[in-house]
Amino acid sequence: MKLTGWGRYPEVEARTHSFETLGQLKRLLQEPEDFIIHGMGRSYGDSALAERVLFSRRFNKILDFDEAVGVVTCESGVTLEELIQVFLPRGWFLGVAPGTKQVTVGGAVAADVHGKNHHCHGCISEWVVSLDLLLPDGRVVRTDATEEPELFRATCGGMGLTGVILNVALRLAPIHSASMRETVIRCPNLEEAFRESEAHREATYSVAWIDCLARGEELGRSLLMLGEHAEPGPLTPTPPRTLTIPFNLPAFTLNRASISLFNALYYRRPPDRVEGRLTPLEEFFFPLDRIRQWNRLYGRRGFTQYQFVLPRESSFAGVRAVLTRAADSGLGSFLGVLKLMGPANANLLSFPREGYTLALDFKITDRLFPLLDELDRIVLDHGGRLYLAKDMRLTAEVFRRMYPAWEEFMQLRERYGMAAKFNSRQSRRLGV
Amino acid sequence: MYLLVLGANSDTAHALAARFAQEERAHLYLASRDRELLEKRARDLALRHQVEVRPLVFDATDYASHAAFYAGLDPKPDGVALAFGYLGDQQEAQQNFGEAKKIIDVNFTGAVSILEIVAADFARRNHGFIIALSSVAGERGRQSNYIYGAAKGALTTYLSGLRHRLCPHQVRVMTVLPGFMATKMTEHLKLPGPLTASPEEAAGHIFRAYKKGRDVVYIKPLWRWIMMLIRNLPEFVFKRTKL
Repeated sequence: MKLTGWGRYPEVEARTHSFETLGQLKRLLQEPEDFIIHGMGRSYGDSALAERVLFSRRFNKILDFDEAVGVVTCESGVTLEELIQVFLPRGWFLGVAPGTKQVTVGGAVAADVHGKNHHCHGCISEWVVSLDLLLPDGRVVRTDATEEPELFRATCGGMGLTGVILNVALRLAPIHSASMRETVIRCPNLEEAFRESEAHREATYSVAWIDCLARGEELGRSLLMLGEHAEPGPLTPTPPRTLTIPFNLPAFTLNRASISLFNALYYRRPPDRVEGRLTPLEEFFFPLDRIRQWNRLYGRRGFTQYQFVLPRESSFAGVRAVLTRAADSGLGSFLGVLKLMGPANANLLSFPREGYTLALDFKITDRLFPLLDELDRIVLDHGGRLYLAKDMRLTAEVFRRMYPAWEEFMQLRERYGMAAKFNSRQSRRLGV
Repeated sequence: MYLLVLGANSDTAHALAARFAQEERAHLYLASRDRELLEKRARDLALRHQVEVRPLVFDATDYASHAAFYAGLDPKPDGVALAFGYLGDQQEAQQNFGEAKKIIDVNFTGAVSILEIVAADFARRNHGFIIALSSVAGERGRQSNYIYGAAKGALTTYLSGLRHRLCPHQVRVMTVLPGFMATKMTEHLKLPGPLTASPEEAAGHIFRAYKKGRDVVYIKPLWRWIMMLIRNLPEFVFKRTKL
């Protein structure tokens, strides 16, 4: 069948299988051909694409919950949405919540996802108590930060290339309300956005939405959103109303004029400052989940999300350079997301590092690829790197400069025979 | 409420069990053959819905075991959902009677064997309901799967008789007629999207029909009209089709 990631580009013709038990998975593993695991297909590019793909969604059982410490053990195909549905009413939430809840636990660990609280609480791997990994020879090993630490550090953020993540024991965070206290600060330009982000480092959740079309004086004008879990209140979540994009919109729907208009309205929507507004938790964390299939907004050819992180000292200059170049190109990124990040962890291919990350959406056009190559150079010049979960076009050479631990990762793959069993289109392109 | 789910490893049964656990706070007996999967699913449903779930090994074609299996249930169920089935391979079944017999045994004989035991208990207690999954394939024999169709047709007829018999006992029998289903049984087939239901969708339909007290329900209403057409095509036209 034809398969794409969330960006709907690229598309591959894949032979697909699915499994619900370890026995079924082991039989599939024994076949000579290599494969990659595919969960909800929410990585944007080709991380979960290959000629042979194993769907993990049926491998989705919750196996244990230790109420005393808030540790849930589940199979890797369970989604974050399911965990929230089951455990939010009992007073537990994800320690780290990425921008969508429609990802599997296995996918979240494989991409070592982060959330709006990265500067306080790190990546999801820091909430993983242990995980069981199926190796190429059919052995299952339990790994955590101290047991088989090398495998753990390679698997968290390892994009599914070190084996099949089976069961994950995940620590949840206790909460006392299904609402958030949200503060919104309007920042007229990039300097203000950085200044306000720094001034509110102590806020647990922090993210800024940038109007990417604003130029000159207004370059980087944005809304900084801060959040804290609200004081004790009802735990029953209010299910957000959803809207579905029923088909691919014509490619011209999102053009300079329509985006400008949207962004201007979006920017002016809130009053100058919103202080401690009570917001339903799912609306705060997953605003885009309310628009099902929003990836169809970008038309038939699809889109990509370009997300990079820069070290703290070069962040401002680098982000300004990228925004300027993107705005000049007229290729119309919709909104950008800017967020400060906390210290890096020890995982070999984990994305975050201390500094700032910026994510920009681009519709796929022929003119886009040269622009992204140019942006890569700016990112490299400022000592940054790209997020593999969103990538579909990075070259092996650039990747290696961004992720110096690539060699260690590749050697480990060779040593365990992983390189012969687990491959995606991305892993072949990046040469790991 | 205690619900006995026979063939609990089928995707539709699993989704239906989850629905009853969520909406009716039903405790579950999950019965099937594959113990590994069954125990996992039982634990999962218990954790998600905070109900009691007991996994039980049950083989539809081991008729001799059925009485003891049902006698072992304590408390006795308030409802039974019968969802086991075997699609089989029509080509294979034409050449090899073993395959044909297996299709008939699982889909029909096994169902009669266990449901007679259930019916006796429900009739005595004047209490209970039965939801059984048959198939639209049972409404008219077609060259592409008439052995499966015949077994399901027999099941549909059986269920209508059982409904008739149990009506005075206030025991309801609901016949469910799914069309195309996107489940592991049909994973390898190409199915037309608009006519195909997911297990969760099907479970929702079945549950709502159960609440309304319906007797016969199609999954996806369009199937009622399609089957009306197929049933009523004159034989001299029908036999020339490729259905």
